[in-house]
Amino acid sequence: MELSGIIAYLVSLAIMAGIYAVFSLGLNIQWGYTGLFNIGIAGFFCIGAYTSALVTTPMPKGVYAQYVHQLFGLNMPFIVGLLAAAVMCGLIAYLIGIPTLRLGEDYLAIATLGIAEAFRLVFNNEPWLANGPRGLMGLPQPFQNLVEPRNYNYVYLVIVILVMIGVYIAIEKGIRSPWGRVLRAIREDEISAAMSGKDIFHFKMQSLVFGSMVMGLAGALYAHYTKAISPNVFTPLYGTFIIWVMLMAGGSGNNKGAIVGAYVIWGIWIGTKFATDLLPYTLKARAPYIRFLLIGILLEIILLYRPQGLLGEEKRVSKWIE
Amino acid sequence: MLELFIYGIVLGGIISLGAVGLTLVYGIIRFANFAHGDLMTGGAYIALFLVTGLLSWIGVPDVIFSPLSFGVRMVIAFPIAMFLIGCVAIITDRILFKKLREKKSSAVIMAMSSLGAAFIMRMIILIIWGADSLFYRPGVLRPALDLPLHVKIRPDQIFILVAVSVLIAALHIFLNNSKMGKAMRATADNMDLALVSGIDTERIIIWTWGIGGALAAAGGMLYGIDVQLHPYMGWNFLIPIFAATILGTIGNMYGALVGGLVIGVAQQMSTAFLLPTYKPAVAFVIMILILLIRPKGIFGGSS
Repeated sequence: MELSGIIAYLVSLAIMAGIYAVFSLGLNIQWGYTGLFNIGIAGFFCIGAYTSALVTTPMPKGVYAQYVHQLFGLNMPFIVGLLAAAVMCGLIAYLIGIPTLRLGEDYLAIATLGIAEAFRLVFNNEPWLANGPRGLMGLPQPFQNLVEPRNYNYVYLVIVILVMIGVYIAIEKGIRSPWGRVLRAIREDEISAAMSGKDIFHFKMQSLVFGSMVMGLAGALYAHYTKAISPNVFTPLYGTFIIWVMLMAGGSGNNKGAIVGAYVIWGIWIGTKFATDLLPYTLKARAPYIRFLLIGILLEIILLYRPQGLLGEEKRVSKWIE
Repeated sequence: MLELFIYGIVLGGIISLGAVGLTLVYGIIRFANFAHGDLMTGGAYIALFLVTGLLSWIGVPDVIFSPLSFGVRMVIAFPIAMFLIGCVAIITDRILFKKLREKKSSAVIMAMSSLGAAFIMRMIILIIWGADSLFYRPGVLRPALDLPLHVKIRPDQIFILVAVSVLIAALHIFLNNSKMGKAMRATADNMDLALVSGIDTERIIIWTWGIGGALAAAGGMLYGIDVQLHPYMGWNFLIPIFAATILGTIGNMYGALVGGLVIGVAQQMSTAFLLPTYKPAVAFVIMILILLIRPKGIFGGSS
């Protein structure tokens, strides 16, 4: 392979890992700082991606309209798609939070899991909504005229990195504020936080909504990167499980860890692809399962032997305390 | 409608077998076991290996109990698969959950670990058998019996109802009459009191996993007989069995039984109005409604 090919490949890797890093940061708000057990990330992934797709694509016209059905197409700019994705995910998180956040942490897990499966079913079975299992194609990409198409990934990498840094700064600010300290207090000991006069339900809700909005951003970034989405992308494996492994590997409760984890695990994931390419032909069809098996075993090893992850949680909580 | 109701009872029976095991684990070991659905899948596939592989190699005759769609091999495979999946559940506990308990990890970490275990089990099944749907006996005709009131039912479905009833009755007798069963109920009620009374909780935990796993395997095999085998079958059962468990109050075996039947009937009846693919979503909506109205389930005290 030529050098330029290798660099292009690394850039595409960095974009996907960057998108996953945004997911991992969103999950870090919920799990790392508040202890909310969201195992339906794929649902927010799906909603974020579809919302942005519907907001930014034009309504199909002419012959095209016979093949593509969608509820609406607003033909808005990319940034509006991103924001709409975040708002929509926040709204859905709020609705899930109402019945579950007053109950034990398992209930939120089961409910988020259910909502992720339900969204996939709806997008698959309702062709009028977003073209059913065939999904939507031809999503617009921002600043497309800036460079040649073959160099476009560099532009998108910059966009992803900027979003990632923006989210990172926002979470760091939030978490080092009194608000962030309440979240951590809730995670450590709900009852004592409540006895200090903190409204547990509302703080948990804010954390759930904030984290889900970040996940919506990431879902939209993914949609405009691949330019085509269909419901079967958003499976529990690619949409939820791998993100959990990223956060646990990097270190939950640490935003740098969330980013490092995303890059490390995505690197391992791609690396195992090269390894399974060496397998005999008959086993190749099963290669993705072997790779996920390894990722699953990795998660168990982390949980058993290094639950704090690579970086672990930072102890410093305020910029005033050294 | 009556027909759908009866199909719902059949599906509900299978859900109940999963839910009863889940609620026992939930009540005694106190975490949400997300691997329970995949134990069901595991049971179905081990039976597949026995029926189409091992038992035919060692020369067990392929006699079918007409009009049922299965025969001698399945009757032999059924208890073996239940036993093996019980062992798988116990081994998973020894490898993962026991260590996490000793490290005093929280229930959420154990639930996450079970999610990982679920994925590992499913990937092993996918690596060995691939992603296609499979049958215990492909191509066999399965005519339905015409019952009064325009109800068509397959003999297999009647068998499933009988099998579920027998398994639940056996569990009922075990829990009420054996020493181990009584100790299990005591532990579910109050673990500290059970410890003080000299009950060996580690032994209870082993029995709980064994029974939970075996019942899940039975549920998976019955679903395989009724419909088909698929690597994601158990995962698709996860929401219904959690819904049944919560509906019937976590830790309450009879509640899980009732919950399973209610969810199964609701799922089948919904196919009169909705696409059948929405069945998991129906269970999910019921679960959300229970959480809103009565989060402790029908057999729990008011919250």
